[in-house]
This record gives sequence, structure tokens and C-alpha cells, in this order.
Amino acid sequence: MNIDWYLVVSALIFSIGAAGVLTRRNPLVVLLCLELMLNAANIALIAFARMWNNGDGQIFAIIVMVVAACEVCIGLGLVVALYRRHLPIDVDEIRELHG
Amino acid sequence: MAEVFFFIAGIGAVCGAVGVVMVRNPFYSVLALVFHLLSLAALFLLLQAQFVAAAQVVVYAGAVMVLYVFVVAYVGGSNPAQLRAPVGRGQQVIAVLFGLALFVELAIAILGSGLKALSTDGPTVSSTFGSPENIGQLLLTTFLLPFEIASFLLLIAAVGAVVLARRRGGIGADEADRVAVMDFRLPPDIGTMAEAVGGRSTREPLELGSGGGESTRTDGPEGGW
Repeated sequence: MNIDWYLVVSALIFSIGAAGVLTRRNPLVVLLCLELMLNAANIALIAFARMWNNGDGQIFAIIVMVVAACEVCIGLGLVVALYRRHLPIDVDEIRELHG
Repeated sequence: MAEVFFFIAGIGAVCGAVGVVMVRNPFYSVLALVFHLLSLAALFLLLQAQFVAAAQVVVYAGAVMVLYVFVVAYVGGSNPAQLRAPVGRGQQVIAVLFGLALFVELAIAILGSGLKALSTDGPTVSSTFGSPENIGQLLLTTFLLPFEIASFLLLIAAVGAVVLARRRGGIGADEADRVAVMDFRLPPDIGTMAEAVGGRSTREPLELGSGGGESTRTDGPEGGW
């Protein structure tokens, strides 16, 4: 398979994730859409690692997975904290950080 | 043969991504994301990234998604009391247009790229490319510092999640009667956590004749969490 096919799949998944972040209001689904965007970047990184016959891109992808796991951890902690304080679980209703 | 596998995995990954965005119930969104991640692992295998594919399945589709399922079950994503009015039509249309514009832009960038190697299958790689030995050697020699920073980042995130999601405001009125395992193991003159935040004592403290145990008691409702 040509490398650019993988890049097209990556671009498609990234666009779907970006549209999802803009559309959905439940913070759990927004976090899932962020995962989609990070995974799209991972495919592109691994495809380029294959293209240059160089393992550095795969290391980059693994570090991206670590950062994604941290982001999920903190995001789910925030959602649980919102639920415990009986705040609405809706990104449009949480305005305290808007400034 | 690789083409067939590529199209199966690629269509699966895109359908999973669409499912994450379109499905109403967050629980089904999580399941769609698991399907998406498994398809993505197949794509990684086609790109000779065996270790990353295995890590994707075990860590991502396994551990992280279990965390998601627990939180969705705890919060109750389809609770009708918390379900607000859907997003306005205008925002949805603008979001879809933005996604399409982004995809067209990225496709133009890929097709118009000057990289000649993009239209090839890539060079022939050795069989150890992307194997655990190769990745481990890179992580512990060239990329030792990013590796250590990533492990510290994971530690900080774990501590931060515990701090964010911890219980605030003490023990609720309905929980004061609960008996914990530690209540049976502690010495009788040590107070319980329910007492410390003003709840009713779950067990009667033993009468101490000469008041020897008073110094070990920490009382006062202001000493809560």
C-alpha cells in the first residue's frame, strides 16, 4: 500500500475528531474525540517512520499515547469532580474559566 | 493481500470514528472507540509497527477504555435529568463544514507534497524494524530523557486525578452509620473518620478509667478533609 493512503485515512479521522469536538457537549464524548485526533496523528507518525525506515516516529507515537493516557486521566477526574458537586455535565454550562 | 487488509482496517477505523461522534449514548461511543482502536492496531501492523500495535491493544483498548467505561457507568451518561437540549442546528452545520474544509485542506497538502516517497510502498525494512528489541533499544539509549519525562508525567497525572476526584466536604448524613473494616482493627481509643467530621460514632468507645487515651484523640469538626 502506498504511504499516502495511510495519510489520507489519518486526515479523515482527524477531521471527524475535530468536527466531533465542535459538535458534542458531553465532556466524556469530547475527550473521546480528542483521542480520535491524537490517534490520527499517531497513524501519520508511524507511516512516516515506515517511509524513512527509521524508528524515531514509533517512539514519538508511544510518547503521544502516554500523553493521551495522562489527558484521559485528568479529564475523567474533572468529570467525576463535576458529578460530585452536582454541576451539569455539559461543556457549555461550565463557564467559570471563561474569564 | 496487504491492500485487502488495509481497506478492511481503514474502513473499520473510519466507521468507528464516525460512530464515536454520531452515537447519542456515551457508553456506545466508548464501544465504538474500542472498535476504532482495534482497527488502528491492524493498520499499525501493516506499517510494521508490531510493538506499537500491541501497546495500542493492551494499554489503550484495554486499560484506558476500562477507565472510560467505569466513569461512564458512574456518571450515568444517559441520565435524562442531565441531558440538555441538543446542540443548535447552526453549530452542527458549521462543525461539519469545518471538518470537510479541514479534510480538503489536508488532502491538498498530502497530494501536493513534494515528497516522492509518498507514492511508494516505502523502502524494504529489516524484520527487526518496530520489534520490541528495536523500540526498547531506542527508548533506553537515544530517547532516554523523553522516556523518563513521560514516566514522571504519568505519575503526576495519576496523583492529579486522585486529587481532583477525591471526596470533599466530609461524609454524608446517610453514610455515618457505615462500618469499615478498620473499625474492628483499630485500638478502642482511636476515633473514627465519621466522628472527625461530625457524624455519629459507629461504635461506643471503651470507658477508660484514668483518662489515659485522651491525648490520642483528635476531635473537632473543623479537622475534616
